[in-house]
Amino acid sequence: MGKHILFEHINIPGIENFSIYRKNGGYASVEKALKMTADQVIEEVKESGLRGRGGAGFPTGLKWSFLDRKSEKPRYLVCNADESEPGTFKDRYLMEKIPHLLIEGMITSSYALGAKTSFIYVRGEYMYVIRILEKAIQEAYDNGFLGKNILGSDFSHDLYVQPGGGAYICGEETALLESLEGKRGNPRLKPPFPAIAGLYACPTVVNNVESIAAVVPIINMTADKYNDMGIGKSTGTKIISASGHINKPGVYEIELGLPVEEFIYSDEYCGGIWKGRKLKAVVAGGSSVPILPAELILKNAKGEPRLMTYESLAEGGFVSGTMLGSGGFIVMDETTCIVRNTWTYARFYHHESCGQCSPCREGTGWMEKVLHRIEHGNGRMEDIDLLVDVAKKIEGNTICPLGDAAAWPVASAIRHFREEFEYHVRYPEKVKNPKHFELEPMVSYQVSVNS
Amino acid sequence: MAKVTIDGVEIEVANGTTILNAARQIGGDLVPPAMCYYSSLKDSGGKCRVCLVKVAQGSAKDPRPIPKLVASCRTPVADGMVVENLTSKDVLEARKGVVEFLLINHPLDCPVCDQAGECDLQNLAYEHGAEATRYEFERRTFDKIDIGDKIKLHMTRCILCYRCTFVANQLTDGRSHGVLNRGDHSEISTYIEKAIDNDFSGNMIDVCPVGALTDKTFRFKSRVWFTNPKDAHRDCKKCSGKVVLWTKGEEVLRVTARKDQYGEVKEFICNECRYDHKNISDWIVEGPRHIDRDSVISQNHYEKIDLQKLKKEVERQLEFQKGKQLPESTNGSMKV
Ligand SMILES: Cc1cc2nc3c(=O)[nH]c(=O)nc-3n(C[C@H](O)[C@H](O)[C@H](O)COP(=O)(O)O)c2cc1C
Ligand code: SF4
Ligand code: SF4
Ligand code: FES
Repeated sequence: MGKHILFEHINIPGIENFSIYRKNGGYASVEKALKMTADQVIEEVKESGLRGRGGAGFPTGLKWSFLDRKSEKPRYLVCNADESEPGTFKDRYLMEKIPHLLIEGMITSSYALGAKTSFIYVRGEYMYVIRILEKAIQEAYDNGFLGKNILGSDFSHDLYVQPGGGAYICGEETALLESLEGKRGNPRLKPPFPAIAGLYACPTVVNNVESIAAVVPIINMTADKYNDMGIGKSTGTKIISASGHINKPGVYEIELGLPVEEFIYSDEYCGGIWKGRKLKAVVAGGSSVPILPAELILKNAKGEPRLMTYESLAEGGFVSGTMLGSGGFIVMDETTCIVRNTWTYARFYHHESCGQCSPCREGTGWMEKVLHRIEHGNGRMEDIDLLVDVAKKIEGNTICPLGDAAAWPVASAIRHFREEFEYHVRYPEKVKNPKHFELEPMVSYQVSVNS
Repeated sequence: MAKVTIDGVEIEVANGTTILNAARQIGGDLVPPAMCYYSSLKDSGGKCRVCLVKVAQGSAKDPRPIPKLVASCRTPVADGMVVENLTSKDVLEARKGVVEFLLINHPLDCPVCDQAGECDLQNLAYEHGAEATRYEFERRTFDKIDIGDKIKLHMTRCILCYRCTFVANQLTDGRSHGVLNRGDHSEISTYIEKAIDNDFSGNMIDVCPVGALTDKTFRFKSRVWFTNPKDAHRDCKKCSGKVVLWTKGEEVLRVTARKDQYGEVKEFICNECRYDHKNISDWIVEGPRHIDRDSVISQNHYEKIDLQKLKKEVERQLEFQKGKQLPESTNGSMKV
């Protein structure tokens, strides 16, 4: 069985309560960190090799070291718990089951960053999670882990929870900061980066729930032990939310480096494809990352087995690879219609674009409409190249990465499943039945890797 | 000071200058177009993406290129930076894409739009757009609404540059959102109406690059190119009183602020000057207004060419082509 360091105690009854969490070694990282200097804590996180778990995989310690510590202004830590990416539901599980782990991580990290105030910005739809967190925060105050002079030290800290307004875009870190300030959640232009001018124009670090929670075991077990886990630059563990056509959908903590094949087929994790069907495709890191056909997700273009690491999943670039992203692992069996699936994603991004910049505001809707047309048997051959072109003109030309996130799924679906798009244009009568591939699986597509 | 090269032309500018403003200091064709940036409106820019350029060399210290195209209106220069605008295929391709995006939901109702003839989107489309559209779906529409009793908001034409919201924001105390909803259903809200009592609210019309905000006292009176623009001023306690009168015969059809060659107003005018003095006798007329930009209006030969001025301008441009620093133009508006 793989090693669990975040979920080690998650199944202990009552672990959401302070006393039981504490009995199981909870808040030890705060005690340990307070005996270290702030710089030592940052150094430890740097050494651990921890990379941001929110999607981009940016090294957390490095991000912390960019924080403007010379500024006279207050510094803030903001936890990104907006989790709205289709396929990603790991942070919710962590906060719901073991809220004190996040709170402990917030306190330890804030001490390292010299932040007197921190915020957890929680997706608005997670109202019950907000109540769980608020109760846990109160317990932490009651037990002297929050508030003035924590454990008799000079370090004082206040932690607040802020419900989001219900928009995916507020998960983008600068839109999140705008929203937290009470404004419309439009992403900001960068630079300046939050580390220099973030919340209320003060130096700010924004980190994902899982990144902050991971600071707890890093401090407890030391960076050396932490980076013993994983492979190369992908150290430690990652929480994966697995969904789709598998026997055991759920939230799993895996050690980075696990082979993808083992993750999908072993009984410890996804338990194989349901109903005895064949695997068709996987979206490995939440809806924004490129989709890969079965052949390319189990093995890369060179024929080497793919591993659950940042590097291995990215092997082959966007021609034949993808990204670990936020860990939303979506599995599709042979009956899935890729065109329909792509249209569903496109509809999501069209709905969620903030509308600030023209390529994303206009292009996402355009792609959705063309995909709708193809999926409903009204497409033309030229539509396929039109989609590729529109996606290309959005990608890289927008203010925030939502534009890329909207373009990649479309571009990659056409790259790997062009035949299926063509099939829709050729046989409109067949695809007018929404269950078209469930009745007659289409697995005769060819994988074309033009590297 | 920082030395930058834009499309092969080198210039030295103050630190913190944006690429766009550095290009404007050079002038000419290499200046990227701008639909949302407006130099006098704080925080404007970065949104429309027509000003995208390529940074082929980040700086002298760190010569690596910037991997993505950047919005020149919001990206500051660095010493030794090399920028490509017209010389980059990627930029032209991306810009063509942006123009297409701006047009797919635009009603293209230029024949009945008051802005036609002086519309930034029209000009941009002529220069960079494709001649046919690839978009065949129903276009987004909104109902027209009044912003106060003098301004009509025709949201269907809006390109969401946010300029008007910045005007409303910066004129009045307190923050106003100005934009409602999300994505391609975002709309300029009547919230900007909160700023309407302000003496300078009419400037929202002038900053609008398209025909989304129009002056109700002028709507449907005349095509702009049939009017005769004249520089004029009056003694005004609220503003500089420097305006352009758009006349037909003796009749003043419209009063606007003066726009420079990039379509920007440098001196905003008050509502009294804009709406309440439609009598030519209220004004001291200075002479014909020169329209610096390529537009339908400037095709009209309403202006008598001053040969003396023309000669000076030609000399100035020749000097410049010899590679000398561009001397200040003797007449801000002359163009050859
Ligand atoms: C459209 C969009 C949505 C995002 N949503 C989330 C989110 O829900 N949660 C999250 O942690 N990061 C999200 N991100 C990534 C954040 O911008 C940011 O990179 C992250 O919070 C940084 O934390 P990390 O370094 O710990 O990963 C999103 C990014 C984009 C562009
Ligand atoms: S890319 Fe899309 S979501 Fe991001 S700022 Fe632009 S319009 Fe908004
Ligand atoms: S109404 Fe005009 S100024 Fe306002 S956002 Fe739309 S295009 Fe820009
Ligand atoms: S002018 Fe620069 S993005 Fe609009």
